[in-house]
Amino acid sequence: MSDIITPTEDALVEVPPPARGGGTLRYVLTKIGGGLVSLALVIVLGFLLFRVLPGDVVQSMFRGRPATPELMAEAEARLGLNKPLYEQFLDYLWRLLHGDLGESYVFNVPVTDKILERLWPTVLLVGVATLIAVGLGLWLGTRSAWRRGSRFDRISTGVALTLWSTPTFWLGMLLLAATSGLFPTAGLVYSDTPPDFLSQALDVAHHMVLPTVTLVAVIYAQYQLVMRSSLLEEMDADYLTTARAKGLRDDQVRRRHAVPNALLPTVTLVFLHLGMVIAGAVTTETVFSWPGLGLLTYDALRVRDLPLLQGTIVVLAGAVIIMNVLADVLYRVLDPRVRAS
Amino acid sequence: MTAPSPRALAWRRRGAAFAAGWRQFASQRSGLVGLGLLVVIVLLAILAPVITDQGGLDVTEATGGTMAPPDGEYPLGTDRSGRSVLLLTLWSSRVSLLVGFVATLLSIAIGTVIGILAAHYGRWVSAGLMRVTDFFLVIPSLVLAIALSTVMERGIGTIILAIGLTSWPSAARLVRAQTLTIEARPYIERSKALGGGHLHVITKHVLPAVLPLVFVNTTLAVGSAIVAESTLSFLGLGDPDPMRPSWGTMLRSAWLDSAVLAGAWWYLLPPGIAIAIVVLAFTMCGRALEAVLNPRLREG
Repeated sequence: MSDIITPTEDALVEVPPPARGGGTLRYVLTKIGGGLVSLALVIVLGFLLFRVLPGDVVQSMFRGRPATPELMAEAEARLGLNKPLYEQFLDYLWRLLHGDLGESYVFNVPVTDKILERLWPTVLLVGVATLIAVGLGLWLGTRSAWRRGSRFDRISTGVALTLWSTPTFWLGMLLLAATSGLFPTAGLVYSDTPPDFLSQALDVAHHMVLPTVTLVAVIYAQYQLVMRSSLLEEMDADYLTTARAKGLRDDQVRRRHAVPNALLPTVTLVFLHLGMVIAGAVTTETVFSWPGLGLLTYDALRVRDLPLLQGTIVVLAGAVIIMNVLADVLYRVLDPRVRAS
Repeated sequence: MTAPSPRALAWRRRGAAFAAGWRQFASQRSGLVGLGLLVVIVLLAILAPVITDQGGLDVTEATGGTMAPPDGEYPLGTDRSGRSVLLLTLWSSRVSLLVGFVATLLSIAIGTVIGILAAHYGRWVSAGLMRVTDFFLVIPSLVLAIALSTVMERGIGTIILAIGLTSWPSAARLVRAQTLTIEARPYIERSKALGGGHLHVITKHVLPAVLPLVFVNTTLAVGSAIVAESTLSFLGLGDPDPMRPSWGTMLRSAWLDSAVLAGAWWYLLPPGIAIAIVVLAFTMCGRALEAVLNPRLREG
């Protein structure tokens, strides 16, 4: 077994291969092209998933209420489900191009409106949690790697792994139970908060504490572990010996030479793992009734509101794909080694 | 005394490699602890019908109080319908572990096949397969799993499919990278020159060389599959049968029964701790195995 060269944690760090020939433009265009193919796949999947079982769609609209065959046929015609599949698909594409994702059964409003309304709480929660998690992960990972094998390294790596092994929603429930009364248990703001900006912002911040802590606790581990292993890769590099030889203090060597080089894989990871953060957001928002896209997804699947579910899935997956293309392009800009080749 | 056949030699070599690997694994305390925990938990799950009575899961025959705190008769208290939380946690391990193992096997099998095919055939096969892999790697797998389990009938099979079909891409990339390094070696060229076809090269040379890596990956993936199961079940996509609980469906019931507001910690803690311990045990084993395969990761 010893002759196996194992790409271990490198597997976590999807480093884009350096471009062979062609320029930056070609690289960027390839990435954008790949992203477009993925977006098209999401759109097709969103269509197929919810139309392979048309009888089910109509039945779920009546949700248990008795429905005569005539009523079902009428509903089917209204949704256009009696048309051939390709016509339905063209219809779906046409409406998607105009930002029309259909109408929610339950809220009786266009899915697009509902999604736009729920967008910013999710952006706020995911954004703040990601920033904190990245900061915390980089700091802990750097300290762990620099003092590899120390008590700090063992404890912080152990804690990170344990939190990572924990289901997000369970951690949220525990936090709720442990802090009962200290923080609001649901929603974005209290209804009786004065409408001025400061009070509203403070109230949102108060509501945000528990969801943010939950999300950070579950996602920071990956940044810490990757930062740790990518710094460990740099530790034996000759340029660090050079830096020490010219008389730099230990933390100068770390801050100015080692960390910047180890930072790159971790930074790309922020975008690449956004899908995981989104998954965490779905359950966090569900536990804390945070009115974002995740809670909307949960509500949609709870009452089997298929147009709404299709809409949230297409939007969430699409957003992650676009962020990934941005990450690939950003990587190209950030890494001089890739740029130069 | 005749010379040993090539086959016997190969097996002896594998046996020696395995023994060396085991010594390396056993020298890491965390890996041993993880393995020990897993053995105990799997034994408990298998023996659950022998050491306890499944009848206790039946809500109509439950005898305990409503969300009663722990006492002599119910060491971990009871749930809303008066069932023992200890019994529920024990029986839940069966579904959670089953889903974890089978979903991981499915996902690793898909990933291995796609990874080997992409690396072996190269060109457009590789381009096409890796495009699909990238797609599945990027989109949030939980969201896709939610979609899948919404359109299919609720049950253990659906959950396994939903997790298995959405979690294979990282295995595919890993196996592809490994296959590429293996296929670049001279013995593959030799095998081809001697007339070995695609099937022969893949099954006789590539697969055995890739398998150790696949095995490590499996160990690490079971944990995520168990967390994924609990998440899908928590969102209400699990098996609705109360006689087949999982740690995820337990936590869903605890949440729906407002165990959080009632402060029923005995209802809230056991399933979550069980998940955390099992996942941690798999991670510890997996990381120790990784260190066996990659000397660079070894401490000191």
